[in-house]
Amino acid sequence: MLQSFEPKIVGFLCNWCCYAAADSAGVARFQYPPNIRAIRIMCTGRMDPLFIIDALHVGADAVFVGG
Amino acid sequence: MGNFAAKVRRQPRYIDLDLCTGCGICADYCPAIVGDAYRENLALSKAARRDYVQAVPATYYIDPEQCLFQSHEMCRICVSACQAQAINLYEHEDMLDLNVGAVILAPGFGRISEEVLAKYGYGRLPDVVTGVEFELLTSASGPTMGSIIRPSDSEHPHAVAFLQCIGTRDVSCGNGYCSSVCCMYAIKEAIVAKEHEPDLKISIFYMDMRTQGKEFDYARQRAREKGIRFVRSRVAGVKENGKALEISYVDEAGKHLKESFDMVVLPEGLESPRDAQGLAETSGIELNRYDFCRTHAFSPLETSREGIFVAGAFQGPKDVPESVTDASGAAALAAEVLKEVRGTEVETKTYPDEIEIEDEPRIGVFVCSCGTNIGGVVDVKSVAEYAETMDNVVYTDMNLYSCAQNTQETITEKIKEHRLNRVVVAACTPRTHEPLFQETIKDAGLNRSLFEMANIRDHCSWVHAMVPEAATEKSKDLIRMAVAKARGLEPLPEQKLPVIQRALVIGGGIAGMTAALNIAGQGFECVLVEESEALGGNLRRMHATLTGDDPKKLLEDTEAKVRSHPLIKVYTEATVDDVSGYVGNFITSISTNGTTESVEHGVILVTTGGKPYEPTQYLYGRSDQVVTQGELEEKLAGAEEAKGINDVVMIQCVGSRGEDLAYCSKVCCGQAVRNALKILEINPSAQVTVFYRDMRTYGFMEDYYQLAREKGVMFIHFDMDQPPEVTEKQGRIQIECLDKIMGEKIVLEPDLLALSVGIVPSRSEALSKMLKTPLTADGFFLEAHPKLRPVEFSVDGIYLGGLAHGPKPISESIAQAAAAAGKASIPLANGHVTVEPIVSFVDVGTCIGCGICETLCPYAAIRMIKVGKRKKAETISASCKGCGICAAHCPSLSISMGGFTNEQILSQIKALCESA
Repeated sequence: MLQSFEPKIVGFLCNWCCYAAADSAGVARFQYPPNIRAIRIMCTGRMDPLFIIDALHVGADAVFVGG
Repeated sequence: MGNFAAKVRRQPRYIDLDLCTGCGICADYCPAIVGDAYRENLALSKAARRDYVQAVPATYYIDPEQCLFQSHEMCRICVSACQAQAINLYEHEDMLDLNVGAVILAPGFGRISEEVLAKYGYGRLPDVVTGVEFELLTSASGPTMGSIIRPSDSEHPHAVAFLQCIGTRDVSCGNGYCSSVCCMYAIKEAIVAKEHEPDLKISIFYMDMRTQGKEFDYARQRAREKGIRFVRSRVAGVKENGKALEISYVDEAGKHLKESFDMVVLPEGLESPRDAQGLAETSGIELNRYDFCRTHAFSPLETSREGIFVAGAFQGPKDVPESVTDASGAAALAAEVLKEVRGTEVETKTYPDEIEIEDEPRIGVFVCSCGTNIGGVVDVKSVAEYAETMDNVVYTDMNLYSCAQNTQETITEKIKEHRLNRVVVAACTPRTHEPLFQETIKDAGLNRSLFEMANIRDHCSWVHAMVPEAATEKSKDLIRMAVAKARGLEPLPEQKLPVIQRALVIGGGIAGMTAALNIAGQGFECVLVEESEALGGNLRRMHATLTGDDPKKLLEDTEAKVRSHPLIKVYTEATVDDVSGYVGNFITSISTNGTTESVEHGVILVTTGGKPYEPTQYLYGRSDQVVTQGELEEKLAGAEEAKGINDVVMIQCVGSRGEDLAYCSKVCCGQAVRNALKILEINPSAQVTVFYRDMRTYGFMEDYYQLAREKGVMFIHFDMDQPPEVTEKQGRIQIECLDKIMGEKIVLEPDLLALSVGIVPSRSEALSKMLKTPLTADGFFLEAHPKLRPVEFSVDGIYLGGLAHGPKPISESIAQAAAAAGKASIPLANGHVTVEPIVSFVDVGTCIGCGICETLCPYAAIRMIKVGKRKKAETISASCKGCGICAAHCPSLSISMGGFTNEQILSQIKALCESA
């Protein structure tokens, strides 16, 4: 039987909003699938398109940018 | 003043603030399930709790009224559950004896009693809810997770009515004043509810829509566009009609109507704080007739007792931006009192010298169990063992609580023992704990930038509690990413830049003078630049205030103080030609009568003011009978001329609120009421008629509006699409307008027509460009954040007060100017600005000087300089916030961010995609 697909998601989260929101989700014990790994940045203004291309290039299945 | 003995009673929390890690296990185990008072009892909570996740301090406490041990001497489960051993159920209250130089009272506001709410069925009809309850229902973190349901049957309502002026503007309950905030918060709740449920039908029943705050009318406009219905009427009562709630009201034409809704919201007003009288007695201050703190119009932050200041809604009902502003202002006034002792009770922490680190990374990884918060889900041992196998990791440890004091000491020892030069802690969130661990490694002689965290609690064990294996794998990935980043971490300099302890205040009206006096009062030099030939600004034109205080005297007194203060240098007929530099280190050239002078200073305050709108409508300028309220005020000040004024008509919102100016000017309704009362004082038989759209006599001004009505001033409402018509017939003006109650046109032929004109901003474009401080669409200066940073700009070292920020009455200008002075004196008092190591850094060798970074920087923190013959970018570290917009847009990859370099981020990406 085929294993279900578990994507590997790279998350770029702004320190001031989305990263904080992910922390709050934790405090509130919201349960969500364990596929995302967050990279903290100080602002989504930091996002260089290179990061997204590189993530997909080295094998990430998806990229999430939250800011 | 300057020497108070305060006795403070401190209630026990039963949980030690220093030991509690905020893990929440006490609440999990606490068997005392109670109503959640913070959520208006719409949810359940425990006796051991934290009210909300952002609470400060972020630790738990035990409610003694609900704790089983406190009431029945049983249970004590939390004591054994708490692995940090932070709980002491035998703690008792203690008394603190404080010797202080100044006192600030900020007890907030109280709640409208349920007895008053009961008039509208609250308590008896379950689907009648308060505004606070409705807000909780719309909140994603509320009891229903943002799902709007009616309490009686948990069904989604289709039609909701908001009834305004609950427990406020209501003499029958003793609260004649207007609570100032309810119209706006009702609109906010209605808009949010519409966003959640677009089909929801919302009607807001109101008397006057008082959205007088900065940009608030735009919110009202948005509410209309979203289909929210506004009905001008005061609702008499709410009745049950089957499953529905029936409300009865009288419309503008006087017709009695009934309408049914699924839910009724009562956006309750603000009451004076509970036990205001007790507080007044203890502190020896006076209250006003509504039990709010008594203050004077020209010293809005000072109580009746010298040295005791007031901030927030205790001074009078007000919203968040004004409360935050007042708080900074009260702090500024207290700082003036405390000037002599500033910095005397400060202990400075010292650190060992930084050690030279080896080139080869030697990484230590500390994996935290956080009691069972992480350890209960993630297999901490296997994670630590995995970390040990990674390149450059020379030491790994597991901690029950990494943040505990003894663990900190262990980490310091291990750094020394294993010559660690990079440290990774896998625990909770860097947003709360990174500074603590950075201190720890500094204590071991490491630069604080050699630290990285992996968030395996908030982003892992807490949110993947049901899938422990996947959580363990994710923890390994997060640690691998952190270690990869740690390999590339470099020590970054911790800079402190000196601040020139002098302020520049631009604009010499009441706001500028107030700010200058406070800054000088705190002991700093101040340069005050005024464009015109005299100080005072709009205050020079004012003759009277609603409260009977004398603006002329305010002007004289303030000007005399400013002129005679040894630390204030005044330039009149002066302009600011150029500003360069950054926080702590500005250079400004000021021209006066053809000569230019250069001034060095550390901060800038923008108090450039505003001016009255010049009307062209309603025959203004064409008939002698048509004047502005300001001109009428002047006529009324000359008593002889005033006696001849018998019949006056006033028209509100001339040019404002969508005509010429899109916004409300906040002061004109009060001005009209004041002039109307003055006319009647001079000539009790005079007839005054006011045509208005919404009378916005918010706060305690409402009393004067009531008084004017009692004295016979006629207030007639008009809609914007049917304004009064003014014509001139045989040299006399004639005003025609529809009286909606009578349903017919009325014609008036007064002696005078006074136009209530709004306030327009001073021409600010040039200054805005010079300072890189933005303007709103209306032309006023735009603050960094309306609630969080209401008197600061996003550019560091520049502050804002008075009409330059937006229209407001004198008292609010004074409070705001004090607030701006308070904020501006922070860098002045510190004498330096600390630069975070995360700032950007430009590689001058590869920079091509294109200037994209300078254009994009929202904080004016990058400038172009000449290096030899070429233009190069340079970071102004003192202003940089580390956002990285410059780095992301640099076409030659010449900008890197401290702690967030391209290489570091790319190494994290790469590490994630390597499998464990």
